[in-house]
Amino acid sequence: MRKIAAVFALLTVVSAARLGGLAGQTAPRPPANDPIRVGFVGPLSGAYAQNGRDIQNGMLLYFEQIGFQAAGRKIEVIAEDDEAIPATSLTKARKLIERDQVDVMAGALLSSTGYALAPYIEASQIPMIYPVVSADDLTQRLRGQWIIRTGWTGSQPNHAFGEYAFHTLKLKKVATIALDYAFGWESVGGFQRTFEAEGGQISQKIWCPVSVHDFAPYLAQISRDVDAVYALFLGRSALQFMRQYEEFGLKKRILLIGAGPTTDEHVLPAMGDEALGVITALHYSAALDTPANRAFVAAYRQKYNKIPSYYAESMYTGAKWLVAAIEAVGGRVEDRAAFLQALRTVKLTDLPRGPVELDDYGNPIENVYVRKVERVNGALQNTVIATFPRVSQFWKYDPAAYLRQPLYSRQYVPPAP
Amino acid sequence: MEETSSTLSRRKLAILIVAFAGLVAAPPFFNLALPGLASYSVGLLTEMLIFGLLAMSLDILLGYTGMPSFGHAGFFGVAAYAVAVLSTRHHAGFWLTVAMGLAVGTLLSAAFGLLVSHVRDVYFLMITLALGMVLWGVSYRWIPMTGGDNGISGLPRLESHLGIPWSGPLPFYYLTLIVFLACCALLALLVNSPFGLTLKGIRESESRMKSLGVNTWLHRYLSYVISGAFASIAGILWAYYNRYVSPTYLDLTASSELFLMVTLGGPGTLVGPAIGAGAIVLLKNVISAYTERWLLILGAVYILTILWAPQGLWNLGGRHRSKS
Amino acid sequence: MVYLITQTLNGLFSAALLFLIAGGLTLVFGVMRIVNIAHGSFYMLGVYVAFSVFTRTQSLLAASLAAMLVVGGIGFAMQRLFLRRFASQPLPEMMMTMGFALLFRDGAFLIWGGDPFTLAYPSALRGSLDVYDVVFPIYRLFVILVAAAVGVLLGVLNEKTLIGAKLRAAVDDPEMAAGTGVPVALLSGLVFGVGAALAAFGGVMGGPILGGYPGMDFDLLPLAFVVVIIGGMGSLKGAVVGSIVVGMIDNFGKALVPELSYFTLFAPMVVMLAVKPTGLYGRN
Repeated sequence: MRKIAAVFALLTVVSAARLGGLAGQTAPRPPANDPIRVGFVGPLSGAYAQNGRDIQNGMLLYFEQIGFQAAGRKIEVIAEDDEAIPATSLTKARKLIERDQVDVMAGALLSSTGYALAPYIEASQIPMIYPVVSADDLTQRLRGQWIIRTGWTGSQPNHAFGEYAFHTLKLKKVATIALDYAFGWESVGGFQRTFEAEGGQISQKIWCPVSVHDFAPYLAQISRDVDAVYALFLGRSALQFMRQYEEFGLKKRILLIGAGPTTDEHVLPAMGDEALGVITALHYSAALDTPANRAFVAAYRQKYNKIPSYYAESMYTGAKWLVAAIEAVGGRVEDRAAFLQALRTVKLTDLPRGPVELDDYGNPIENVYVRKVERVNGALQNTVIATFPRVSQFWKYDPAAYLRQPLYSRQYVPPAP
Repeated sequence: MEETSSTLSRRKLAILIVAFAGLVAAPPFFNLALPGLASYSVGLLTEMLIFGLLAMSLDILLGYTGMPSFGHAGFFGVAAYAVAVLSTRHHAGFWLTVAMGLAVGTLLSAAFGLLVSHVRDVYFLMITLALGMVLWGVSYRWIPMTGGDNGISGLPRLESHLGIPWSGPLPFYYLTLIVFLACCALLALLVNSPFGLTLKGIRESESRMKSLGVNTWLHRYLSYVISGAFASIAGILWAYYNRYVSPTYLDLTASSELFLMVTLGGPGTLVGPAIGAGAIVLLKNVISAYTERWLLILGAVYILTILWAPQGLWNLGGRHRSKS
Repeated sequence: MVYLITQTLNGLFSAALLFLIAGGLTLVFGVMRIVNIAHGSFYMLGVYVAFSVFTRTQSLLAASLAAMLVVGGIGFAMQRLFLRRFASQPLPEMMMTMGFALLFRDGAFLIWGGDPFTLAYPSALRGSLDVYDVVFPIYRLFVILVAAAVGVLLGVLNEKTLIGAKLRAAVDDPEMAAGTGVPVALLSGLVFGVGAALAAFGGVMGGPILGGYPGMDFDLLPLAFVVVIIGGMGSLKGAVVGSIVVGMIDNFGKALVPELSYFTLFAPMVVMLAVKPTGLYGRN
């Protein structure tokens, strides 16, 4: 008897949920009076929850600043948690696009999610903004029509940084240590390409599994005769790496440089003196001294009680980008082709990170900042010490020639002369 | 120690018939609402069926033979990877790909089975966990084959045959339903056969079965292989549904969620795990639409369900098993 | 040579941390025959509680004590209120620990947020020893010593005290022990609490180096399982030996064959389970 009750209870819950879903649905929507629906998918629980929330917070901050209104229509955000699992992000994307009938999609954090969603987004013919996903190929060989980025590619800032490391930092021999997955390969690959093209040498490449937390076995392998160590880590691995790099006496012996996420503001406040003097490159820094950025950082700090990371800025920019496109089409987002075209042709100059426009492949052309960690007014910050303007994902290379090179991977293939 | 009879009570049978009827007949009516809502709901039902099948495959091992496998998602994932690799890199034909997916998953379980079938109880749990971790490690590190962390994307859509676009949500759902029902029938036949009854005997008391002259190792081994085969079928469906495969298909979280589906649903009943899988898929998606605290709620639901129905939902009021 | 020494020392450090975590797990298993899936959660909660206490008191000692008390208490309550109802049904018992693991995970996120953090080094233990080119952090040496001390303490408690004897009785034959007045239920709860407290202590000890972050509950759990399997469930001596074996294999494996880092760990576990499931020192 209890069994019957249990099953009926379950069936009731299921039906109620289904009916609830149906009830929440309105008839096919008349334009103009209805809100513009933005579907956001990202990790809101699990190991990447804070990064996902940073992205979401950046977006919500901008929408709040403009009163959730654009071109005379209200903006409604529907957010779903993908737990950083690609299959889940597909399910949630289906829910947002098919059930909730959103007009535009935004989000995704990991490259795997980016790859998983791309075919479905293309098939659904709905514009999607990737604010953070940095897998190079998504705006290169595998580029689609409906996905644009308001972030970066993993190799983009590192092309610039390689040249900087050789010419300005006067480094000749560098060892790299990075997480062993595509993000790590693309960061190191970009750096290696330009660094070696200028005459430098990457003498050692150490790869750590993504689950690493104790770096001792890897740090012990770094040969002592390099000019610098280039590191790519993020989140808690960046925190742990910094700690342990100092622990093993390397900090006072070898200069530490790296990719931007290693000292990004999502972990910088938790670091101590071990982070001082580390030089990295990224398309953003919370310490960037422009009016637009100062305003953004102040507003973010006031609302969320912490400084914005590049994750937060990525979707603040993304939200601003969306609104600019909405206004360009006069609010008529239902004409998706026109809306997509508007998204691709937005050019903004007053973003927190500076001026951005998209290249033909849907990836930003933006400034790259070389930053150095300093302590100012008691807090650590990424002080900008150099700027490379208008950097594209192809650096100074011709896109067709660039694309003939294989994608950056674990084994670096030097380009044909 | 009581034993329920293997035939279902009339009430349970009635519930099942209603459920099956609903699964078959209801989806076309979703279109009366909105097409988008319909395709999403049908998609969710498809997911529930795929995981229902996966859960039933684990039930053979865990519920019927008493072998608690904590790495079962491994075969699910390996079959999905086989499908992904063959269809994207080698552009193999559909039937060949499906056959290879099934073959690879089954062969792997045949190989692993040799290592694990003599191990028991919590040690079996541990060794299957370890093997699951090894498989995950392979999928993560064997980058030329699996693409590593990025996974393999862009699996081809199912083509139209007989005038039906099989990749559309409704046709794919019915395809999944047909496969699901066929597997249900096969599994039901299996558990009610002498082989199936022997499995249950081994679960209850292996020494007794041995004293009756049964080759218990062989039965355990075959149970492992058969459950691996059915898990592979679910993996093939999941690969084509998402058109994407990633290491998350077979990591520890996947195996443990699967384990939960079976134990909450009611091990040793086939129906229970299928319901458990469907309920968990539905819960995760429904709850998360309303609150960010869905993980907390899910954990609470698990605890309450176990308190209230320690042998699983479908076993409520039925037998009480005091042996692991 | 320098390399060898450094890796060996670090293998011992890994072993020290693993012992603290796996020791608790093996104790629990020895008494209760369950696999506690929430064990990683205790490790995680330990460092999170320590973080809160540390930011207020700046004392690692206070933070450790607080972490052990709080998490030990949670473990005790979990066992007494929920788990003991299923003493004879290992499967539901294990699944209940899984439900708790989810609760703890989201609860921690709710209370502390998702930003990662590290604990500060105690000032006396900052820096590293630099002897003949071998550089090794002082704090890691400290952890090795502390873990060794804990191991000795537990061993003494187990073998040489009355409570240890009662515990062993309760494990060997619960009915008989209850018949002679040993409070089996209370002891089970206590052991679970102590196991949780040990894991929490491990989290705090690792705090300055590994820190705390969401997802750490399941990161270390498989490693703890490997130790317990290789050493033998329920055996403290096994936990010591298993930790050292696993710590060494892990460190040298990562250094020598980094591509196979997942295998170097789990292959020995598979082999042990296939050949001698009860591990090096386990009893059946």
